[in-house]
This record gives sequence, structure tokens and C-alpha cells, in this order.
Amino acid sequence: MADITKSKNKTSIKSILTKNVVTLIFVFLTVAGIMLSELPVFYLVSEMMTRISRNTFLVLSLIIPITAGIGLNFGIIVGAMAGQIALIIALYFGWTGLGGLLLACLVATPIAIFFGYLTGLLFNNTKGQEMIAGLIVGFFANGIYQFLLLIVIGGIIPVKKVPMIKPDGVGLRNTIALDTNFGEVGLKYAFDNVFKVNLFHFFIIIGAVIIIYSLFRLFYSGENQKIQREKTKKTYIFYMILALILIGFSTLIMNSSTGGFLFTGTNSSAIQSLEMLQSIEVPIFTLFLVFLIAVFNIVIMKTKLGQDFKSIGLSQHIARVSGINVDRTRIIAVIMSTVLAAWGQIIFLQNVGTMNTYGSHMQVGLFAVAAILIGGATVKSANIGHGILGIILFHAVFIVSPTAGKQLFGDAQLGEYFRAFVVYGVIGVSLALHAWKNRKGLEELGK
Amino acid sequence: MDKEYLLEMKGITKSYYGNTVLKNVDLSIKPGEIHCLMGENGAGKSTLMNILFGMNVIHSTGGFEGEIFFDGEKRDVRSSFDAMNLGIGMVHQEFMLIPDYSITENIKLNRELTKDNFVSRLFGPRLKTVEYAKMGRDARKALDKVDMNIDEWIRVAGLPVGYMQFIEIAREIDKTGIKFLVFDEPTAVLTESEASNLLRIMRKLADSGIAILFITHRLDEVIEISDNITVLRDGELVAKKKTSETTSREIAELMVGRKIELSGKEKKDIDRTKDPILELKDFKVKMPGEEVKGINLKLYEGEILGIGGLAGLGKLGISNGIMGLYPTSGDIILRGEKITNPLTKEMLEKRIAFVSEDRKEVGLVIDASIELNTVFTAMNINGEYLKDYKFFTLRDKKRIKERAEQMIKDLDIRCTNSKQMVGNLSGGNQQKVCIARALTQNPEIILVSEPTRGIDIGAKKIVLDLLKKLNKDYNMTIIMTSSELNELRGISDRIAIVTEGKIAGILQPEDSDANFGLLMAGKSIEEDRGDRDGNIH
Amino acid sequence: MATFIKDIGFPRFLMSLLLIVILVTAIVVGIPIGMVLTDLVQRVGMYGVIVLAMVPSIQSGTGPNFAVTIGIVLGLLAATTAIEFNLVGMWAFLFAIAMALPLSIIVGLLYGKLLNACKGAEMTISTYTGFSIVQLMCIAWIVIPFNSQIMRWPIGKGLKTTFTLESTIYKVLDNFLYFKIGEVEIPTGLLLFFFAACLLVYAFTQSKMGTAIQLGGMNNKFAVASGVDIDRGRLVANVISTYLGAVGIIVYSQSFGFIQLYTAPLMMAFPAVAAVLIGGATASRAKVSHVIIGVILFQGVLTSSMPVLNEIIPFGSVAEISRMVIQNGIILYALTKVDGGQ
Repeated sequence: MADITKSKNKTSIKSILTKNVVTLIFVFLTVAGIMLSELPVFYLVSEMMTRISRNTFLVLSLIIPITAGIGLNFGIIVGAMAGQIALIIALYFGWTGLGGLLLACLVATPIAIFFGYLTGLLFNNTKGQEMIAGLIVGFFANGIYQFLLLIVIGGIIPVKKVPMIKPDGVGLRNTIALDTNFGEVGLKYAFDNVFKVNLFHFFIIIGAVIIIYSLFRLFYSGENQKIQREKTKKTYIFYMILALILIGFSTLIMNSSTGGFLFTGTNSSAIQSLEMLQSIEVPIFTLFLVFLIAVFNIVIMKTKLGQDFKSIGLSQHIARVSGINVDRTRIIAVIMSTVLAAWGQIIFLQNVGTMNTYGSHMQVGLFAVAAILIGGATVKSANIGHGILGIILFHAVFIVSPTAGKQLFGDAQLGEYFRAFVVYGVIGVSLALHAWKNRKGLEELGK
Repeated sequence: MDKEYLLEMKGITKSYYGNTVLKNVDLSIKPGEIHCLMGENGAGKSTLMNILFGMNVIHSTGGFEGEIFFDGEKRDVRSSFDAMNLGIGMVHQEFMLIPDYSITENIKLNRELTKDNFVSRLFGPRLKTVEYAKMGRDARKALDKVDMNIDEWIRVAGLPVGYMQFIEIAREIDKTGIKFLVFDEPTAVLTESEASNLLRIMRKLADSGIAILFITHRLDEVIEISDNITVLRDGELVAKKKTSETTSREIAELMVGRKIELSGKEKKDIDRTKDPILELKDFKVKMPGEEVKGINLKLYEGEILGIGGLAGLGKLGISNGIMGLYPTSGDIILRGEKITNPLTKEMLEKRIAFVSEDRKEVGLVIDASIELNTVFTAMNINGEYLKDYKFFTLRDKKRIKERAEQMIKDLDIRCTNSKQMVGNLSGGNQQKVCIARALTQNPEIILVSEPTRGIDIGAKKIVLDLLKKLNKDYNMTIIMTSSELNELRGISDRIAIVTEGKIAGILQPEDSDANFGLLMAGKSIEEDRGDRDGNIH
Repeated sequence: MATFIKDIGFPRFLMSLLLIVILVTAIVVGIPIGMVLTDLVQRVGMYGVIVLAMVPSIQSGTGPNFAVTIGIVLGLLAATTAIEFNLVGMWAFLFAIAMALPLSIIVGLLYGKLLNACKGAEMTISTYTGFSIVQLMCIAWIVIPFNSQIMRWPIGKGLKTTFTLESTIYKVLDNFLYFKIGEVEIPTGLLLFFFAACLLVYAFTQSKMGTAIQLGGMNNKFAVASGVDIDRGRLVANVISTYLGAVGIIVYSQSFGFIQLYTAPLMMAFPAVAAVLIGGATASRAKVSHVIIGVILFQGVLTSSMPVLNEIIPFGSVAEISRMVIQNGIILYALTKVDGGQ
């Protein structure tokens, strides 16, 4: 018999374009927006680092449900609510600092598990329409959440008079600050402040990590390489070279703050930007948490559970016939996603510093989903790379739109509307593309 | 409990809601034996297999009578897991393979090899690490056993169908302690060379001690490879034969023959000197599961042409193709006019009506009334049953009701009134509504597929008598496609047998049972009169 | 009793019960029932046509039209144009409705083509397309070259977020043949318009094309085997649905008294979907009668509960919360009844 060793790999330009149309549009918008807005590099980079560190966790919580075939889990809003409830409890009882925040995460977990379980049940009863169900359950849960926080607290459950409660004693205020609590240091930046590092030191660390990882892969992989269809040796060497360049570049900048030989001839504003860039501080601990979740995602896929996620994601029918309890596995996937979303929302809020009690959670689903789609994920497959790329592009456009709008149209508001139009449009287009591809596939089968 | 036998099924009887589908059937197989199970559609083969595999559909409908002995002991098989644990495996017809997975992952689906890590000790066995390398080695062993030297880590997507069949087999033999394998029509989707390869592997597996039950309709394969043959017919065991002691012809006869109360058709004088009203030339239809691979057929005005054959071999594709419901190629010549890519609307307008074999999905709108189901096609195609109100045309409620009531009376449709939802009617009455709709179109040609499927005896008779009456009184030309050979022989002027997507032959209703059986099994009639050893009878 | 509940459908039964309970409570608590009923009647007329837009889309098999917001912004465009041309009264209203027609046809056809390519995921796609178009229109409202003083910001660019229709088409329909029964005000023109729209839609469902669309939505394969062009049917249904959305917002606005631009239409699809569902429709079957019952029940519960709840639970915006819970709960329930996937 013939020996087939490589699957067909004909990628024409056209198919690459259609597959990644959304990502490409956003790259274009990012570049155009940055140029139009003429925002200073320092501002861009520092905003970007902040947003990456606080939003990535949430976006990564979407990966497991996508892999398990549930599609885009708009229901992470419910997880975000769990996280907020935990934060409110933490603030009410006066927990502070890193310990307080970790405790909040702990409290959020059972709440999120419960919410996730209910959402999972809903999804099992709305198979085929999980996405719209998730969207609507977000609105529905919001109603119950508001009922809880606006009326039950104070109205039915008596609470002591703390700043977060409204003056008349019933219901929580619209905005709650995380920074001060009874005059002591509150929860704001509790994760961020654990360990901060200069931007370029950060790059150096990243470079080092990449080198170590690549070395490890080069010398250790052995048989796993073929099995996991992992990257070839060449790719790892490529990564190492990039990392070395990054390290070299960063070191040079760190050491030539007084102009140095690299920059003779360039104007002072460029040097000034570089100097300002050096003052950007990166919250290592928070990023470490993000790193942990990424690792978790990878590790879980190597377990039996992860394999089951993949199996039901690829074919519910065959998985079921093979004896996998599809419904139960789906619920586990949703619970995991919801818990991660709860923690992700806590990470998000500790950086923002203020909680919009009745609104912080509502945009969560929309933004996270848009981000991962922009990064190249589809309804059926997503990975960490998609998440990170998506966040960078999405937030880049987010940052520059108002200013770009003002430059282009004379009105910042137009920029914001355009941004919203594109964000919603991205989701609509991605879903449409996915549905269209699905139908073409079915037609080919002769249905 | 004969220790000699690996599997003994004794006295198996099964009824579904009063309808007996298996009556006192026995099946015995020794280790290392290749045993063929033969029978027409509806003979009871699938039901017997469902019982052996402990399928839910058996237990939730009242279980069965009889006993199963496996490996010397009486067994109670309650689920496919029980069957698997006993060492019984099944290679299905439709492949249960996930295209995006590698061969190894498919072979090990839900039986992945795992090892403990520190998390799994805390949180449960589902978090154990998957040991890909080990799985690959197992898969390699299984693939080698079926002579496949393909890389065990390739993705299944895009592999030829023949390979997928072998991967299915590899999966079954990878299961520990497999002693008995059932192959359900495995060669149906294979090319000739792939099929002979499969038979070779079957022999190899049997020689290694695994007993094989081979369900097929292809007489050639049966004679070539099997040791023993069991023939079922209408739920009963009609024969148990050693292959060396029988011939294809005998088997064919056993499969088909029965005592027929042929309330035969009065011989009609069909004028076959005129041009046929409908002719098919090298007609191909891409209907999934019922592919037509090139047929030539002539249909003469006023005749009833029966189309018979086993399921999945193309007979249903013909009518569906003529109506343009699936992609076709080749020519249709209708009343002298050549049509190459028939459009459904066009064919309906040309006065051909279609009663689909898929009553519930294609033939009816379950949630709509008898009225609406009856008149819709006529309304949509001929513009009838509408009333003109100057600015718009609306449904003519009065005439619709009248027509529906007329049909209810003529066809004896049992219902509460003409507005009743079709979904609430019994199968037979639903079928009558389908026919009513076809008639309301006022066609010249009716294509009817599986008209008596799933309906009771009384209703069957009414439907068949109606077709005969239409043909006699109105000279309606009818193509009736059916798996009930009996019925076809009772009503057709001629019967075409379709097998492997082509016409094997055209017979008269009174032709011998053996001939029908042979054609359906893919053998031509003149040639084969011999048995395995080449002796001629 | 059990069969009675089953016949009506459990959700409908529950809602009706709720409505009765609320009305009774209102009387008991001392809220002037005349006011409540007036509100109810007005809202039925106001929202009715938008809810009607759900019928063609559900019947054709595309599910509830979450993108009716597209029709809504088209209607707003037509209405603002009418005002820009300094039209008033019935002329303004008729002009707006007339202008909305070609707009709806063009946009409806384009969007309908998108829907035809995405069979199976229409609900989510329509939601986000609707959102997207509303945001796009926000840009339009800023750059549109209209100069009417009623609509423009006194300083700055673009049209106001909300502006009154006092001088233009306010209550143009409502006041037509208006009368009072005791304390209850009856906006006859409004109700007549709604019922006329219902009749027209009903007539369409009885036509050859309407019948074909319905059966196509109920059973795709059957319709194809009867020679129906499913895609064309879906396009026509989508155009009608879009137009009903456009007309619906014009009717709504003239009764409400204000035009709300920018992001106001964003969430307008959801109450309409909930209303038709509570009226007895499902994601795949809907009749005009479902619309009438649904809008009475849904708006009835929502409007009458507001004063009552404010009396009983005097803190917080309870009404808003209950609206969120009830409305979305209804839609969730309906989603669990949809046949999933293939």
C-alpha cells in the first residue's frame, strides 16, 4: 500500500486570506489607527502592557469551551459576576492586599462552579444554539445579579453601613473603589504590586525564557515530536535567534540611556521616548498568573479529560457512541471556563481599581470573544496564540480609535462608534464565515 | 452449552409492539470460523445483531426471548460495554472515525492509555496523563495485524475509504481479548481490490482464532470465504448450510422464495412499439447511500414498472434523481424531450408526481393539516386552490377543504377531520395523505418509493389496490420502487432489479425466485450455476 | 385543568396568571386602574408592529429576527428625513412609511443573502449584525447633512440623541378617532393601524407565496420536493420583516413622542422576541395571533407591574430588574425548545 506520511497541505493565497480575513482587517486598522492618531509611543506601549496583563486571563478562559465544541462562551459574563460578588464580599469584610485578593479568588470559586454548572445545564438543553443562549443568559443573570445587589442586600439581608452601601442602606453603590478600605490599603493593584519590573528587563526575561524553552524542546522531545505534530527543530532555532535579538536590543537600550552610539543622528524626541519607555513597569506577578493559566490550558489538554474535550468537540456523535459521557464533559468544560472567568475578572478589576457594580461584567463577554476571534480563533478551534494576538490587536484599536477618530473626522465620538461597529461586526463576520464554511462542507458530503 | 461453539444464540424471538421480527432463530459459530449471515432487508439480521450487542432499542421495547451462550456460559448482554467485555466487536458500515484525529487516536478513542500524575491522585482518574507513545505502539501492532504499513500517526481525514475500513478493524482487534468480530456489509463501499484484500485479512484473523460473522449480500464473497451460512427470511431461520455443500443459486432461492398469494395483476397490453414515455440513458445519481452508477431504462405509457433490490444499492436513487432532488448526470428523455439537469419544479410541472420513501421528512409537513399537505404541491405548481382577490391571491379555503374531504373519502384516511395535523395520524394514513397530494397534482406519471413501508397489512392492501386502480382506470404510468419484492411481483408489469447502482436485469413477476435472488445478490442469471468447487449443477 | 394548561402552553398560562395577579394587586393597593389600562392599550399599539416583524422571519425558518434593529434604524432614517423636509402630521407619517419601503427592500435583500449563506446560525449572526449596523448608523447620525433645528445639536456636530416630535408627528395616529371610556384612553388610530398591519401580514400568510414560505420554514426538504425556492422565500420574508421593523419604529415614535437615535435601538429586538414567544410562538412557528396575545401579555405585565412594584418594594429600580428577568427568561425557555444542530 502507498505510504502516506503528510496530510495535504495546499494553502493557496486565497484560502489564507479568507481564513484570516478578520485578523488582517484588524492588523490594517491597528496600523492605520496608530498612524492617524499620532499618539506617543510611550502612551501606546504602557497602555498596551496594562491591558495585556489585565485582560489575557479572561480571554484564555474561552479556549476550553471552544475546544469542547460548545463554541464561543458568551456565558463567561456569569463567571465575571461570580468574581465580582467575591470581590464585594472581600471588600465588605475588609480583606486587603495580596492575601485579601487571593481569598477573594477562593471565595469566587464555589460560586463560579455553581454558576458554571447551571450554565452548562442550559447549554446541554440548547445544543446547537449555545452562543445565543449564552448571550441571553448573560442578560438574564444580570437581572438576578442586580436584584441581589440592589434589593436583597440591605433590603432583605441586613448589612452594616460601609462605604459601598448606598446612603439609604439598601443596595450597593454604582461604583465601588478598590483602593481604600477603611483607610487601609485596599485591593487595588494587589496582584500588580507584588513584583514589578522595568519594561526592558521584562523583555530580557522573556527572551531568556524562550531560549530555555527552545533548548529544552530541542534536546528533550524525542518521540513526542512526531506524535504531537509539534514544531520542527528549525522553528525552535528561529525562536532562539529572535529571543537573542530581543535580549540584545533591550540590553543596549538599557545601557545607552545617554544617547549612545546607536542613535547618533536621530532627533531628541526619539531618545526621549526611549527614556520614557524605560520607566514603564510591568506587573510580573499578574503576568505570571496569566502564564500559569496558559500552562494549565496546555497541560489539561494532555490529560484524558482534555482528550475527551477534543473528542466531543470534533464529533459529539462518535464520542457518544464510543462511550464518552458527552453531557457531563460539556458541563465540566463550562464550569472550568466560568471559574477562570471569575478569576480573570478579579485580575481585571484589581488593575482598573474601580468596580462599576452594575456594569463591569456586561462587556466582558463581548470583548473577550471579539479579541479571540480577531486573533484568528474560530468557533471550533482556539489556542493561546490566538488569545494573545487577539488582545494585542483588539486593544490597540481600542486605544487609538478615539484619537484617530478625532484626527480623521474631527470628532472622537466617531472613532468610538466606529470601534463598536467593527467589534460587533467582527463577531458577526466570523460567525457568518464559520456557518458558511460549515454549509459548504455539508454540501460536499451531498446532503 | 456445547463447548465446541464460541457463540450460540438459541430460540431468539423478538417483537416490536406486537409485530414479530424474529421468530425462534438459532445461530451457532465456532472459534476461528467465518460464518455468513444472509437475508433480504427486513429479514431480521440487524435485529439479531442488536440483541447480541445489548442495544438499548431491544431492552427498552420489551427485551427478547431465547438465550445467548458465549464461550461456554449463558450470558446477559445489557449494553455494548457488556458485549465488548465478552470479547465481541463490531465493524460498522458507517465509519465511526473522527477525521481530524490520527489513526492512533481513533483506535484508542475513549480507551486512551493513561498514567497517574500528582493531580490525578487528588482530583480523579480523568486527569491522568495520556501516554501517546504507548498508544502508538499498540496501534502499530493492530495495524500490522491487518497488514497496513501506514504511519499510525497520520490524520484519518482524506484517507481512502478502504483504509478507513481497516482502521475500524484495527480498532476492534486492539480491544483486549477480542474473540468474535461482526462485519456488517463491509465490502459495500470498497473497490474490488480493496474488497478482496479485506477478505484476505478476514481469513487471516479467523486463522488466528477469532470467529467472524460476515453479513453481506454478495454471493461471490459468501461462497469464496465462508465456512458456514445462515439464511434468514421474514424473521425466521430458513437454512443453515455448510458452504461447501451448497451453491449461490440455492442460497439465492432460499433468501427470496416464499409462498406468495399473488393477487397478480391482470395482464395489460402495453404497447411497447411506441416510444417510451420516459427513458433514462446512462443515468447517474449522487444520492448518499443510494448511488446510481449509470443505468438505461425505458418506461412505457400505462405500465407499472417495479424497481427492486437490496437497500443501499441504488434503487431509491432513481426516482429521487429523476425529480432532481440529488445531483445527476446522463439523460432523461421525457415524452421525447431531452432533459439533462432536472429541476424539481420543472419535473413537477411536466406532470410527474413523486411520493418519497422518506414519508416524515420529505413527504409531509408533520405540523401542518391534512388539507394543506394534500393541496400544497398542486397549489405551488399549478396555481390551483387559490382565489383571486384583485390585489392578492389567497388560499381558497372552501375548495381546499372540499378536496381534502374527497381524498379522505376515496382513500379511507382515518382522521378526525380535514384540519387534523398530519403528525397525529398513523403511518398508513400518513402514507395515504402523501398519495393524496400526488394525485391532487393530476399527474400523468407517478413515482412511488416504498409505499408500504411501516404500515399495517390492511393499509398496505388499500395502497396497492389504489395504485392498481389508478393504472387500470386512468392509464396512469407508475414507477414503484420497493424492497418488498413480493408486492412488486403482485402489481408490476415488469420488474427491474438494481444492484451496485446498476440494473442487474429486468424480470417478469412470474420469473423464478432464484433468478430474483441472484440478480439482487449481484450475480447474472445465465452464468452462475456452480458452487465453490466449480462443480456445475 | 391539566389539559387546559397544556393546550395554552405553560409559559402563556403563567404569564396570564401573572398579569391577572398584578392587575388585582393594583386595584387592591389603590393604583388608579384607568391609568394602568390606558398605558397598556397604548403600548400594545406602540410595540405591536415591531413584534409583528418577527412573524415572517420565524415562519421562513430563520428564527426570531434579532436583526429587526436594522429595519428600525431604516425607519428612523425615513422619519428624520420627513422632519428634515419640514413635513408635519399625517403627511410626515405617510412619507416616512413610504420612504422606508425602498430602503427596506434594498437592505433587506442584502442582509437576506447573508442569512441564506449562514443557515443554522441565524440567531447569533443576526444579533451581532444588528448591533453592528446600529453602531454604523451612529456614525451616520453625526455626519448626516440634515439641518433641521428640531434635530440638530445647537452646537457641535450631528443630530441630537433624543428630540421631540411635538411639532411634527406626535400622536398622529393615536389622536385619530381618539376617545375615552371612563378613565381609559383609547388611541383608535394607533390600534386601527396595528390591526390593519396584522390583517395584511395574515393575508400574506394565506397567499401562495406566504404558504410556500411557511411550509419551507417548517420542512425544508418537503418544500424543495414541491418545487419551492427556499432561498427566495427567505429573502422575501426578510424584506417584509425589515419593513415591518421600519414602520414599527415610526409608529412607536409617534406615540411615544420622541425619536431616539444612536444606541437606543441596540436592544430593541429582545423585547419583541420575548413578546412573540410568550404569545405562543416558538423559534420555528409563529402566527399573527401569537403577536397580538404576546404583546398584550408581555407589555401588560411590564407596564402594570411598574407602579405596583414601586408601591410594594419602594427601593431600587425593581421594574427594570423584573423586565430583565422576565424578558430574557422567556427567550431562554424558548431556546431550550429548539431542535439542536443536525
